[in-house]
Amino acid sequence: MSQRRDLERYAGLFASRTSVMKSSAMRDLMAITERPEVISLAGGLPDTSTFPAESLAALLSKLAATESARALQYAPTEGMAVVGKAIATVMAAEGMDVDPEDILVTTGGQQVIDLVCKTLVDPGDVIVAEAPTYPGAVPAFSAYQADVVQIAMDDDGMRVDELEDALARLERDGRRPKFIYTIPTFQNPGGVTMSLPRRQRLVEVARERELLVLEDNPYGLLRYEGDPLPTLRSLDGGDFVIYLGTFSKILSPGIRLGWAAAPGPVLEKMNLGKQASDLCSSSLSQLFVATYFAQAGWEDYLSSLRELYRRRRDTMLDALAEHFPREATWTRPQGGLFVWATLPDYIDTTDLLALGLSRNVAFVPGRAAYLDGRGGSSMRLNFSGVDEDAIREGVRRIGEVVRDQVALYGTLTGAPPAAPEQRPAAVDPELAEVLQLRKRRAG
Amino acid sequence: MSRVAVLKGGRSLERQVSLRSGARVEDALERLGHEVVGLDVGHDLVARLRETSPDVAFVALHGRDGEDGIVQELLEVLGIPYTASGVSACMRCSDKVVAKHAMRDAGLPTPDFYAFTETAFKEMGAGDALGAIEERLSFPVVVKPADQGSALGIRFAASAADVPAAIVAAFSYSDKVVLERHVHGRELAISILGDEALPVVEAVPREEDFYDFSARYTIGRTTFVCPAELGDELTARAQALALDVFRLLGCRGFARVDLMLEEGTGELYVLEIDVIPGLTETSLLPQAAEAAGISFDDLIGRIVALAAPRAVAR
Repeated sequence: MSQRRDLERYAGLFASRTSVMKSSAMRDLMAITERPEVISLAGGLPDTSTFPAESLAALLSKLAATESARALQYAPTEGMAVVGKAIATVMAAEGMDVDPEDILVTTGGQQVIDLVCKTLVDPGDVIVAEAPTYPGAVPAFSAYQADVVQIAMDDDGMRVDELEDALARLERDGRRPKFIYTIPTFQNPGGVTMSLPRRQRLVEVARERELLVLEDNPYGLLRYEGDPLPTLRSLDGGDFVIYLGTFSKILSPGIRLGWAAAPGPVLEKMNLGKQASDLCSSSLSQLFVATYFAQAGWEDYLSSLRELYRRRRDTMLDALAEHFPREATWTRPQGGLFVWATLPDYIDTTDLLALGLSRNVAFVPGRAAYLDGRGGSSMRLNFSGVDEDAIREGVRRIGEVVRDQVALYGTLTGAPPAAPEQRPAAVDPELAEVLQLRKRRAG
Repeated sequence: MSRVAVLKGGRSLERQVSLRSGARVEDALERLGHEVVGLDVGHDLVARLRETSPDVAFVALHGRDGEDGIVQELLEVLGIPYTASGVSACMRCSDKVVAKHAMRDAGLPTPDFYAFTETAFKEMGAGDALGAIEERLSFPVVVKPADQGSALGIRFAASAADVPAAIVAAFSYSDKVVLERHVHGRELAISILGDEALPVVEAVPREEDFYDFSARYTIGRTTFVCPAELGDELTARAQALALDVFRLLGCRGFARVDLMLEEGTGELYVLEIDVIPGLTETSLLPQAAEAAGISFDDLIGRIVALAAPRAVAR
């Protein structure tokens, strides 16, 4: 007797939301990027090596001496009041006023994304995001079975005019997005920053249509050039913006602390969601953060990080100019951690990653930043997590394999690689038609 | 009871699958009462093998280095008996081009194909021959790396315009690419254990994933039927063909032969032979064994037993 077999022993038990999963091929490739000999420009890691060990030791001893019982105890779900102060300090540094009552302390910024989805999204609901979007948001959106509409970006960030078109289209279909997810400043992975006029328009659109915006702002304080722009929250006053902040990039991702500042009713529901998820975030981490931001010096550390990352960004941009072929384009971030590079459309960066790994270099293939299979010719490059020599060498190795593929494609299509404008398009329908006709006659 | 070294992991792109295969094999071997040493293959492999001096090495590596005869050669040098095929069979099977030539020469059916190295394109103008190749194979053409075991780098080219990008993709994984006539029909996998063909497994991809190889190998997106509903005559024909291929290429122990049953003609074609197919919970060989009434532990026990006598004969 034949039978249809479910090859996975537990498959029958899984919820349907788990079926939206990334291809195993990409997962297996990404696992290899963690080999020690690989120069990985794939991570999103800040450099924690420059945090002074003696400061950490002093802070932790002080905590142990004075706050031991509290540090080892549960905290309130919304977070300890002393952390609220630290958060207010950090938000003030970006020109925002916040009432500590409007804050929910979370386990990293990632938990905010999860809680916002948990609070707002039913299966099939629409979320609007940028194209490309934060790769870490992709599994969260997928897990809640959201229908994600991705809006193109240019050097000024999300195309708000295209957003409006998309919203109008959705409205005609009787659909209203649950929220608009954006990283307006030093976008991950795009590396671009939303211009002031677009910020203003986005906030207006949200108000007019009574839509929530989730403003994810992990990198705002990591600006290496140019003038700071107001956050969406400052422009909106907090009525339609859920603000996501995190200590991961300005202090440490290891302490796992972030926060949400949101309209009261939304925050209440998120609080309930957090109770179900993890009751509270680490008390030890919260007291650590409170102590750290209460003392002078956090801004000095931040300045040292800016200096470090600025050099690394410049190194990466120089290396790209030197080693990437002229057919490639990339963004020039004024801050943050990432450069987004786009290659000719006949190069698939998932395949390119396999080739890169054979030369011990890794990056994030662009597809990871899309929910609809786009991004196949792009890649995200991180410049914060590795030193300048590694950045130069990593970009050199990637450039080498890209040049090889450009040259090979040129050979295959009869176009000299030095003159890309003469190259026939990869999907020239006319050409395909001619060749197919010939084939049919032959067959 | 013997001491068995399980070789797993390594540097290939199929490292993760290999680690899963290896872990499962180790558990089975322990249940069978063997002394088990798991070795994640790296720079210290030879030293660790010398230090361990196992009675048998269970090669649970997939992809490059594991299936191409390299590890097998090392094990020969060290005089350690090992599971599955020997050096020359591994070399013949892991290079799809060599395997396909051998089959064609022996009159075993494999889809028409042409294979080229990157040098041929860059230095001999092989690109100019693409038109002629495409005419002979007719579209869609399957473009794949010559020595990549998983779905990585395999593309359908629906028209001539798709071919160059597909070739560029395939060269990401191999120095040699194969352009092969696409056989439309049912996908069958026949596992061989010892000198016996196990029940046929059919892979049924979801309609929308038909041209997406990576999705086709993602659990939950392809349904597997075992034994495949083929009827006795066709089943026997498929199994006999798989055994012919296994013997022709000189395989030993176990392997998996992938076939296509062409729609319309009812002809069988051999796509490739995998000398160390996956042994994870979702892999096809263990499922075929189970359908034949062979538990996973028995399967692993038999694979080890098939390897050990070679040591005695040496």
